Amino acid sequence: MLEKYMYWLVKLRWFAILITFITVGLLGSGGRFLSFTTDYEVFFGDSNPQLTTFQELQAVYTKNDNALIMLSPADGVVFTAETLQAITELTEEAWNTPYSSRVDSLSNFQYTYAEEDDLTVEDLINNPTELSENDLVKLKEIALAQPLLVNRLLSPAADVTGINITFELPTENANEVPFEIMKHIDQMLLDIETRYPNITTAKTGVVAMNKAFPESTFKDAKTLIPAAFAIILIGFMVLTRSLWGTVGALIVMLMSIMAAMGTAGWMGIVLTPPSASAPTLILTLAVADCVHFLITFFQQMRAGKEKHQAIRESVRLNFSPIFLTSLTTAIGFLSMNFSDSPPFHDLGTITAIGVVYAFVLSIFFLPALMAVLPVKAPASRKAETGLMNSLASISIKYYRALLVVVGVLIVALLAMIPRNELNDEFVKYFDDSLEFRQDTDLIGEKLTGMYFIDYSIDAKLASGINAPDYLQQLESFEYWLQSQPEVIHVNALSETFRRLNKNMHGDDGSFYKLPEDKELAAQYLLLYEMSLPFGLDLNNQINFDKSATRLTATLQNLPTKDVLAFEVKVQEWMASNTPSLETAGSSPTIMFSHISKRNISSMLAGTTIALVLISLILMISLRSFKYGLLSLIPNLVPAGMAFGIWALFNGQVGLSVSVVVAMTLGIVVDDTIHFLSKYLRARREQGLNTEDAIRYAFNTVGEALFITTVILTAGFMILAQSSFAINADMGLMTAITICLALFIDFFFLPPLLIWLDKRQSTSDEPHGTLHPVS
Amino acid sequence: MLFTAKTRSLAVAAILLAPCTATLAETPEERGLAIAIEGDKRDQGYVDSTANMKMILRNRAGKESTRNVRIKSLEVEGDGDKSLSIFDEPADVKGTTSLTWSHSTKPDEQWLYLPALKRVKRISSKNKSGPFMGSEFAFEDIGSQEVDKYTYKYLRDEDFESAKTFVMERYPTDKNSGYTKQVVWIEQDRYIALKLEFYDRKGSLLKTLVSSDFQQYLDKFWRPSTLEMTNHQSGKSTTLVFSDYQFQTGLKSSDFSKNALKKQ
Repeated sequence: MLEKYMYWLVKLRWFAILITFITVGLLGSGGRFLSFTTDYEVFFGDSNPQLTTFQELQAVYTKNDNALIMLSPADGVVFTAETLQAITELTEEAWNTPYSSRVDSLSNFQYTYAEEDDLTVEDLINNPTELSENDLVKLKEIALAQPLLVNRLLSPAADVTGINITFELPTENANEVPFEIMKHIDQMLLDIETRYPNITTAKTGVVAMNKAFPESTFKDAKTLIPAAFAIILIGFMVLTRSLWGTVGALIVMLMSIMAAMGTAGWMGIVLTPPSASAPTLILTLAVADCVHFLITFFQQMRAGKEKHQAIRESVRLNFSPIFLTSLTTAIGFLSMNFSDSPPFHDLGTITAIGVVYAFVLSIFFLPALMAVLPVKAPASRKAETGLMNSLASISIKYYRALLVVVGVLIVALLAMIPRNELNDEFVKYFDDSLEFRQDTDLIGEKLTGMYFIDYSIDAKLASGINAPDYLQQLESFEYWLQSQPEVIHVNALSETFRRLNKNMHGDDGSFYKLPEDKELAAQYLLLYEMSLPFGLDLNNQINFDKSATRLTATLQNLPTKDVLAFEVKVQEWMASNTPSLETAGSSPTIMFSHISKRNISSMLAGTTIALVLISLILMISLRSFKYGLLSLIPNLVPAGMAFGIWALFNGQVGLSVSVVVAMTLGIVVDDTIHFLSKYLRARREQGLNTEDAIRYAFNTVGEALFITTVILTAGFMILAQSSFAINADMGLMTAITICLALFIDFFFLPPLLIWLDKRQSTSDEPHGTLHPVS
Repeated sequence: MLFTAKTRSLAVAAILLAPCTATLAETPEERGLAIAIEGDKRDQGYVDSTANMKMILRNRAGKESTRNVRIKSLEVEGDGDKSLSIFDEPADVKGTTSLTWSHSTKPDEQWLYLPALKRVKRISSKNKSGPFMGSEFAFEDIGSQEVDKYTYKYLRDEDFESAKTFVMERYPTDKNSGYTKQVVWIEQDRYIALKLEFYDRKGSLLKTLVSSDFQQYLDKFWRPSTLEMTNHQSGKSTTLVFSDYQFQTGLKSSDFSKNALKKQ
């Protein structure tokens, strides 16, 4: 049947080429539907409990989507007439930001004080240009005494200040919104910096981060994909020394990517930084298919076969191995659909589709193309099998030593795995080449933290937040949080009540405490609410029937394990001190703190299924249960070792690593298939003994394995340069795994085969006359 | 004769054309102002009124919370009206009373009596655009709508729910207003506002108020029984239901003084 297929393919080569172009064109045209996400929530599945809690909280109060602008005057003094004027102007202008619902700054901070018997509520800063030196000193004193300002909108040294814009983001055209908002903010800041050359600005916040996702993707697309193409094509050229072969491979790679991304478009997939790395992966994986076909094709021509005959022979020889390796690779990637994080579903699906297209193209289009191109076989290379022979000799001669040394190495590295710590500090997903990361780090260092936890403290009764008992518990929680080393700032309603109580008693400091009865508290709040201007109401802190308030704790930049430990500590404290207020903390920080763990457990199932399927495929293709089982070692151990090495050199693993095992499984299994099938063929067909069969395997596929490993490593090392840490970690980890897989296939698998055969030397001949597939 | 006839026909033509030319000469701003003045005029002479107001707050998820307020108003000739709002519910603010003296040109004055403190507190006149009792109504939305508080621009005639209306824009003159613009649909027969749109500082639609179930009192004054305010940005809404309207109940100016606040 394969013969017939090849006959017609070569005969109808022009037609095959045309059909391919049309099909790829149609599939690729779906690319126009592709868009890039600008919402960090895409990292969380619909059923993610931390996301659900956070969404519920945001539905009760106002949303947390914000942009935080930091103003740094060159002289390091916020309280000058000039800087205050700039803050006032920027605050006014910030209200014009699209979709903004609230602007908080030093200038519009609602300063409350007693004036005779009245409560005055007004902007902290009015007419800054008319302020005297004395006024400025006094203002600074007032501002630094406001717990709601310091470490939030004003640094304790009063050298930088912040303006926080809160948004109600629309659901339509959601992907355009962060661009629209940040464009306005950029223009606004440019304007301020032009008019006030002494002031520099920085910006962060959820909206800025949402915009950084596509930015990081575009940056990668501009640098990484061309780099991947360049390196792989140069490698390919050096390897095959055939211009037309390289051209053919280039077209296959391009079309695989186009068709796969186009299909993603037709499927309505919205790209995220992880899934946008699919082109680099497809490119790398497609190369291997082309290498196999072209190498055999050239070998056949050099052996004197006519071109069309050589093409037919190459397809015949390569169809099964390329099919098998593509199948296992696709299974590995498809298993990413088990991930708890939707961007990895898309990455897995798109890459698996690309792998399938690459397979079809390299056994359908590439042969047809080679048949029409004036391709000649490049001159034979002096066989470097000498090297492979020596490697084989080493592996055979020192098999005992290798078995022990590599075995110990494996065990040692596997033992290191638990030393890895899960860490998903989402700001650090962006590397410091991106403005978002630079600005966020700067603001974190000088003004306030990017990480916070919200607690919706429920009184469980309408108007219940005014009850003295509730307020006292809220206050003790507030004070306890403030005393924790992880906490930078606490925003709690209890502070507002203390302040109002003092104001209502003629600013008498001894009344800076909670009101003692419910009616008093309720009436203070009513008066205060009626005194607040448009947009600066308490809806972001109090729910609509006054049965709950939101308390926000801003944290230092903490690694995930510390965030989780902090949350445990909070829950324990609440359970023993304020049991009636007990509530889980909720925020993006909390969501990201759980994401890796959730993904690892969800990927356990996916990885297991992929492992079982791939092992079954191996057993069938090798026609041996024993060798299928044995293959688990070279298939799984490399990823384990890679984690061990990671623990030694880095030790921080995040979201990406949860999918690495499943992903690399499908790739490294190719090496095992090639090596074991050649080994078994030598033993079964040629009746060679273990040592000679190993030598045969080294000589026939050793070089090809080495070359594909180099190409794959190069491809994944390029991904490792991504500005998005999830992609970079995934790339580096995969590259390490692939290299280790070759190492295991060369220096552990052969000694293992010898050792196993020595142990059962009586039944030396394995499985009679069964024929392996390749 | 000929001359006379000519002049007479010219005069007739002039008389016939007069309303048209007058309309043509009137700018949209003048027309808007005229409509506002007419509306204000038709509501003159109510003297005083009292009513019960039920306030139903709804959050994004559709959950409800209720407040009850009694309202008393007193017409003041030549200036803005005076009004008292006495809070009955929630229980913890029961007896709290707000007194407002609206003014047509200068800022309104407002006081709040807090029974728990037994004190009257003045409320800063700059801040009157915040939410009223946590609702979607700002104080400026329910306060007395004096003609001078806005400038106007007539836009068009339009049918609104089978009623013929004037549609016009009005712009708050107070720089502390929370709005840049309001669009109002005024029914042409009765000169009552059926619908109001509020635009925030950046010019985006923030809220829509729809008034319905109008009742006529003393054969003259139309009052809505239901006001429905929807906040398009936050997804929250508030319904005001008015009941038990009484007019000319004999309220006096002294009932609307700071001293009277404590006695409510």
